[in-house]
Amino acid sequence: MSDHHHKETFITKYVFSTDHKMISKQYLVTGIFMGVIGVFMSMLFRLQIAWPDKSFSIIEAFLGHHQDGGVMSPDIYLAIVTIHGTIMVFFVLTAGLSGTFSNLLIPLQIGARDMASGFLNMVSYWLFFLSSVIMVISLFVEAGPAAAGWTIYPPLSALPQAIPGSGMGMTLWLISMAIFIASSLLGSLNYIVTVLNLRTVGMKMTRLPLTIWAFFVTAIIGVVSFPVLLSAALLLIFDRSFGTSFYLSDIFIQGEVLHYQGGSPVLFEHLFWFLGHPEVYIVLLPALGITSEIISTNSRKPIFGYRAMIGSIIAIAFLSTIVWGHHMFVSGMNPFLGSVFTFTTLLIAIPSAVKAFNYITTLWKGNLQMNPAMLFSIGLVSTFISGGLTGLVLGDSALDINVHDTYFVIAHFHLVMGVSAIYGMFAGVYHWFPKMYGRMMNKTLGYWHFWITAIAAYGVFFPMHFIGLAGLPRRYYANTAFPLFDDVADINIVITLFAIMGGAAQLIFLANFFISIYKGKKAEQNPWKSNTLEWTTPVEHVHGNWPGEIPHVHRWAYDYSKPGLEHDFVSQNTPLFDGEEPS
Amino acid sequence: MTALLYVILAIVIAVAIWQVASILNLKSVIATNKDNNTQGILFAVFGVLFYGFMIFCFVKYSPILLPESASVEGEKYDTLYLITMLLILFVQAVTQFLLFFFAFKYRGKKGSKALFYADSHKLEMIWTIIPTVVLAGLVLYGLTVWNDVMDSSDAENPLIVEVYAKQFQWEARYAGADNELGRANVRNIKGINTMGVDMTDKNAIDDIPVRELHLPKGRKVIFKFRSQDVLHSAFMPHFRAQMNCVPGMVTEFSFTPKMTTEEMRANEATIAKVEGINKIRAEKGEDPYEFDYLLLCNKICGSSHYNMQMKIIVEEEADFNNWLNNQKTIAQVIN
Repeated sequence: MSDHHHKETFITKYVFSTDHKMISKQYLVTGIFMGVIGVFMSMLFRLQIAWPDKSFSIIEAFLGHHQDGGVMSPDIYLAIVTIHGTIMVFFVLTAGLSGTFSNLLIPLQIGARDMASGFLNMVSYWLFFLSSVIMVISLFVEAGPAAAGWTIYPPLSALPQAIPGSGMGMTLWLISMAIFIASSLLGSLNYIVTVLNLRTVGMKMTRLPLTIWAFFVTAIIGVVSFPVLLSAALLLIFDRSFGTSFYLSDIFIQGEVLHYQGGSPVLFEHLFWFLGHPEVYIVLLPALGITSEIISTNSRKPIFGYRAMIGSIIAIAFLSTIVWGHHMFVSGMNPFLGSVFTFTTLLIAIPSAVKAFNYITTLWKGNLQMNPAMLFSIGLVSTFISGGLTGLVLGDSALDINVHDTYFVIAHFHLVMGVSAIYGMFAGVYHWFPKMYGRMMNKTLGYWHFWITAIAAYGVFFPMHFIGLAGLPRRYYANTAFPLFDDVADINIVITLFAIMGGAAQLIFLANFFISIYKGKKAEQNPWKSNTLEWTTPVEHVHGNWPGEIPHVHRWAYDYSKPGLEHDFVSQNTPLFDGEEPS
Repeated sequence: MTALLYVILAIVIAVAIWQVASILNLKSVIATNKDNNTQGILFAVFGVLFYGFMIFCFVKYSPILLPESASVEGEKYDTLYLITMLLILFVQAVTQFLLFFFAFKYRGKKGSKALFYADSHKLEMIWTIIPTVVLAGLVLYGLTVWNDVMDSSDAENPLIVEVYAKQFQWEARYAGADNELGRANVRNIKGINTMGVDMTDKNAIDDIPVRELHLPKGRKVIFKFRSQDVLHSAFMPHFRAQMNCVPGMVTEFSFTPKMTTEEMRANEATIAKVEGINKIRAEKGEDPYEFDYLLLCNKICGSSHYNMQMKIIVEEEADFNNWLNNQKTIAQVIN
């Protein structure tokens, strides 16, 4: 690409860059920044849950007029919970995870110079940045940020009379999310087109690394489902600002009857979860893809059942779009519909089980290299199983009745998509850090980071199941109004202590990450002895990725420990040996 | 200002970690043979602790769980729940064991080589078909229970009760002598007609508004839920019952109470749970607690969501009728 030599200024290189590697780093750093806010909020509300009657100077310091003598107000509690969910799900685990690794790895692993459209890619990031800025600004609104839960069900989210956060805070939330969706769609379209059109010679779809399969299918789910959330948000904006009645009907609040007639909040729930459930997989599939790659590389073994893994990704993606109703078993929708959604939901357990078993089998008789990325990947498989299994309770309409919206749900989804996806993200950062920054992260800090996080994550979320089974609803500012729940107070203290420990462990990661950017050991070209194409590029980034020709691909990505060979890895661009069957 | 101090504190901690890291030799970046060994063993230790912690939680926290179902339909729920839980625990125990054991057993050793094992049609079939069969059974069983619980069409002489939600309070209305609720709409709300009952409807005259829910033991109760402002959810955990209250529509749920409040208070699990609670309350110097069934709100509905509750009293049918007959009808209340 020597003819591609237009002069780069600081602005075009570091700010409005169209290079996918730079955009990927921009996504990561923005995601980490949002993650710090999201995690910090969870610390604040965990303090409130564990010690509802104590005052904390940290709460006094950060919550301004939303607290009284170090005790937060019920409204701001709900707002913090709402923003925690929004930020973690969308800004960290969608944009931060998918945005970072799809951007970094799609061109590098398929053998492309860049994304199909570098310009759209840049626009996608800057829209994401704008939506992040608006979301952060919404935290400083006088009446507080959006507080109707991250699912923003109307009428609560539509009526400022119902909760103060549904005023300006909610308006900004909706604007931010609308921009976020635009960003996500531009990104996803770019990923799909790039994977379909820009693969290098010999890179058949059936030779793609599983990371790429995961990103590709994730992008398709995003394109199918995110527009529906945009419509849902637009109609909500109409109801809020222009007096329409899409979601509202027969409302009497604060002494007056409102004019709305004929709408239904259940409609909103359908539209929301039509995205909301696929969103779980938008978050999770990239993490699973990353894990497949890392487990295989560090086990020095081919991923077990490559084709079954692709099949299960596609099956999960397809099923994910027809299960949304399992969030609505007790919403008042027809019970027959509940039966259908139970059926489709439990079907998802099959491809998920296949994936879990394939990971475990990949470890079997491996030669496990315990790099920090590998620890997080094994951790992911553990939390994915622990959290996934309780899905059998929640996905079964009959059983959902009594655990719906309790802490049991919180424990379930945090393990299966929260912790798992964040483990996938950490694994990805440790593994591809040398590719991003040309330096290595410190492994000792990585080990401490993993083990403290792993203990904290189970310490927080395992006991939480029992609180839910005791019947405690989620999103309660305090349990003090119910003597019935006096006996969960102790568990809540334990959980909060583990949460603080887990939160503190992330400081280790932050220190390791930012300092390694500047002072880490210089990376070799292929530090993990991996087969995929990104490790054939030079350590120092060049525009266009490869200084000369793009390598041709002759084999799949998983020829690890192939019998009869001296090395335990064979790069994808290595021509077939004599007498070798093509994959 | 204090916020700034916290930020500075966080930075100081980060710097401290960095200093510690510097001492730990930053050049170490790729797992060595020794690391593989240590981390593999740590996975084994973690696995053991993980099982220990799970068992500890089950032993320690079982007493806080809900007692047996107080409704007839809930019995089916409890059985389905038990079977599902046993299945989950079995799979959890086996798979987590394999995961941690393999991480330990196959930790990297210098000179050893991994087995090239890319696929096995047989294994793939096994772990596709077994989950499919098990899940098919679970789905069928689950759906039978779901249909039983949700279908109240064949109930004989059910009691019709409206449960009415608003920020942040529950009300209820019994259908009265004709066992038919009068029409209602929020547009009729005026003064003490807080549920917006349409007083021109003749079915409404004998309706009975109350602030405390009484239910007869052994008779099917069909609940009709309404909300006047935002979404709420009527959650009655002891009866394994929950349904959202949606403004603009009427939702429905039904169950048959099988234990009176007195009987539930005498239930062994309840006694143990209440004892535990009262021990905690005594330490804090609070009055002892006596068990009661509750209706709580389980859908985020605003600032006092956490304190939106109504007491439920289950009694013998005769006592219930007696109580109901002593309540004023809505016509008496309003006129």
